[in-house]
Amino acid sequence: MQEKKSKIQDRHPMPEQPANVRRHNFLEVPLGYGEETAMAEATRCIQCKNPQCVQGCPVAVPIPQFIKAIAEGRFSEGIRTIWEKNALPAVCGRVCPQESQCEGQCILGKKGSPVAIGNLERFLADWERKKGDGSLPEKMAATGKRVAVVGSGPAGLTVAGDLVLKGHDVTLFEAFHKPGGVLVYGIPEFRLPKAIVESEVKTLEKLGVNLVCNTVVGRAVDVKELFEEGFDAVFVGVGAGLPSFMNIPGENLIGVYSANEYLTRANLMKAYDPAYDTPMVVGRNVAVVGGGNVAMDAARTALRMGAESVKIIYRRSREEMPARLEESHHAEEEGVEFMLLTNPLRFDGDERGRLTSVTCKRMELGEPDASGRRRPVPLDGSDFTMDCDLAIIAVGSGANPLLTSSEPEIALNRWGNIEADPENGKTSMRGVWAGGDIVTGAATVILAMGAGRKAATSMHDFLARGW
Amino acid sequence: MFKIVKREELVPSSVILHEIHAPRVAQKTRPGQFVIVKATETGERIPLTMADTDPVAGTVTIIFMVVGKSTALFASLQEGEGYADLIGPLGRATDIEKVGHVVCIGGGTGIAVLHPIARAMKEAGNRLTVILGARSADFMILKDRMSALADTFISVSDDGSTGKKGFVTDALQETLALGKPELVVAIGPVPMMKAVSEMTRPDGIHTLVSLNPIMIDGTGMCGGCRVSVGDKVKFACVDGPEFDGHAVDFDGLSQRLSAYKEEEQAAMEIHRCRMEAQAANSDQQS
Ligand SMILES: Cc1cc2nc3c(=O)[nH]c(=O)nc-3n(C[C@H](O)[C@H](O)[C@H](O)COP(=O)(O)OP(=O)(O)OC[C@H]3O[C@@H](n4cnc5c(N)ncnc54)[C@H](O)[C@@H]3O)c2cc1C
Ligand SMILES: Cc1cc2nc3c(=O)[nH]c(=O)nc-3n(C[C@H](O)[C@H](O)[C@H](O)COP(=O)(O)OP(=O)(O)OC[C@H]3O[C@@H](n4cnc5c(N)ncnc54)[C@H](O)[C@@H]3O)c2cc1C
Ligand code: SF4
Ligand code: FES
Repeated sequence: MQEKKSKIQDRHPMPEQPANVRRHNFLEVPLGYGEETAMAEATRCIQCKNPQCVQGCPVAVPIPQFIKAIAEGRFSEGIRTIWEKNALPAVCGRVCPQESQCEGQCILGKKGSPVAIGNLERFLADWERKKGDGSLPEKMAATGKRVAVVGSGPAGLTVAGDLVLKGHDVTLFEAFHKPGGVLVYGIPEFRLPKAIVESEVKTLEKLGVNLVCNTVVGRAVDVKELFEEGFDAVFVGVGAGLPSFMNIPGENLIGVYSANEYLTRANLMKAYDPAYDTPMVVGRNVAVVGGGNVAMDAARTALRMGAESVKIIYRRSREEMPARLEESHHAEEEGVEFMLLTNPLRFDGDERGRLTSVTCKRMELGEPDASGRRRPVPLDGSDFTMDCDLAIIAVGSGANPLLTSSEPEIALNRWGNIEADPENGKTSMRGVWAGGDIVTGAATVILAMGAGRKAATSMHDFLARGW
Repeated sequence: MFKIVKREELVPSSVILHEIHAPRVAQKTRPGQFVIVKATETGERIPLTMADTDPVAGTVTIIFMVVGKSTALFASLQEGEGYADLIGPLGRATDIEKVGHVVCIGGGTGIAVLHPIARAMKEAGNRLTVILGARSADFMILKDRMSALADTFISVSDDGSTGKKGFVTDALQETLALGKPELVVAIGPVPMMKAVSEMTRPDGIHTLVSLNPIMIDGTGMCGGCRVSVGDKVKFACVDGPEFDGHAVDFDGLSQRLSAYKEEEQAAMEIHRCRMEAQAANSDQQS
């Protein structure tokens, strides 16, 4: 083997399922570090006095401390260190955009490759699930106060976990038949095994959180009625689930799905498992419109469902693509083709209303727009049509008005998101907090958790001392 | 589990009534709203309207036609068994007002959906003409209850085995000839709702229809239930299921409803084979 030239050792690569194998299965793609690799990677950390990584972390996980614990083989202690700040490390270790957060700030990244903080976080969480003693964090004495949490995504799960530990009686309401929010219906099994989300939820239930699924707040029960039923405080974490369409001709054809519908059928309703009754159009030539994580997830799912060709249609260039690097990289390795600077104009179907093709236009980049990104401008005469029997629209999502329209006391901004104090999550309605995507618009798991943590702190304060 | 406290076959092995224990839903439901039910962990989420609710007993009643694999599975559930999941109430409730003369038209299992709306319209003080249509006498469900609500009751069937021979539109034509009603509510198969809406359009008679597109979440999250109404795309689960019949794109709705025909036929075949194999097995054992 060649001697390392630089003093900075290279980062230990994450073992992965080979691309040609994994594109046909729903098993997790990265396999995780073993103990030895984890310890070796952990020793790369130089334990900065003023660690930049922590500043890059939205919930300020004590990163150098947990890495030191790994380096010294004190795994159980390491995971407990993370838990102080992050209740869902197995999730965050897998789906956080580390390259733009902790790892993006790591000092080693300036000269070589940053410490694999995400992989190490995942390692500890997985180690605890497999080998840990399963001991639960200690709960404070019961306060007799009742809290309702609406929505069981990362924001709601965080609030429920924090407040149950503080001794409150917590009930978690979820519209779907399974808890977890986007973690179960959106992010596919091959990126985030559902068993992990289930085990996190089980822990909450063991701690005493009362889980009520199949309940749409705003229809089955209103926010006001929750107070009448004896709840002292309410947290709203209902996410940003309203799918956007492009309003182009042919979008109602059979075979055109919103990413939400496609991923919900695949993940939550397990269309890929023959034991489940869920029907789904299995495309041969698939077009996915959009360039974010959602688009990557839809494209990779379509491949696994048996598509022959899957194309991502994105109207800007590679640099503007909002997906995590790892995701677009994985997608490409698996055979997803990227059609950049391309915009769909219309979908066409046959006489039975089934999608047969999509017509697109090529784009070029013009002047920067309000978002600071160069605006795509259509190229005249560049229209072209390609075969396509399944199209998935992943161009963003907005706030779902179901709950908010039933409670006019909760003030909204002009996009329909809840206005909440960024410091503590308080809304305009006394006793009601909000956080996560319903406040910020579609964002990330860790930001939703961060918002949940701030709200929980403020709610605890309120329950002890008042609004 | 949501337990079935009462089961009845309104039409033998074809139209089934289930009264289900679901107190929270029973308390909150108003006419026009629906539930989504799922029989087992591996089952589909299927939307069904509540034909009745009993807030005191804490039950909701669904009446469904066996059309595919999921509804066949539901039909096999007996009293004491139940649904793994039941979500509701979903959708907007019907605006119930005293407007004068209301014509309520129900076709097939649409009669079940119409029942709570007709009752509420009557309770609000409207004069009610009820027109029910079915394939044959066997499929004419809730006839006694509906005729008891009506000031004028007309039933028609395709084969003349009950009421007059003909379609609901024939009966509607006769009714319209007597005077212009303030409101028509039509619930049934898509072609029926379309034909009724065309008939009331020239006179501009306000016509409500209840749509049944394919749904998954029922909360506005997937967009699967989208229908074109006027020049807008609406989500039937949150904006509906009731819409102005004169604005609905019925042809688009029909097309979208056929989305899984092939997949479902295959599923139904497999389901039948399994049931037959099971039956054969138990025959051998007994
Ligand atoms: C396909 C996809 C991939 C993604 N990939 C990543 C990634 O790799 N990394 C990352 O950091 N982020 C990713 N995200 C974003 C991330 O998942 C979200 O930012 C995060 O889940 C938001 O959390 P939340 O708690 O605000 O809401 P959600 O996770 O949306 O949860 C909201 C929950 O509330 C429920 N609910 C809604 N309305 C009601 C009601 N009226 N009553 C009761 N319950 C209700 C919903 O059913 C849902 O379960 C992805 C998102 C998607 C869709
Ligand atoms: C708001 C609403 C209220 C309804 N109320 C009633 C009712 O009171 N009584 C009744 O008999 N029927 C009602 N329906 C229709 C009923 O949901 C369908 O008949 C049922 O889904 C058929 O399921 P299946 O699997 O047995 O049949 P298949 O037709 O073989 O199933 C096809 C699959 O595609 C989808 N699908 C196909 N047709 C429909 C459809 N019409 N609606 C929704 N999804 C469909 C579902 O995923 C379904 O499982 C209602 C539908 C809606 C949307
Ligand atoms: S910045 Fe990098 S090297 Fe420094 S403490 Fe954080 S992980 Fe370790
Ligand atoms: S059923 Fe999903 S949006 Fe209506």
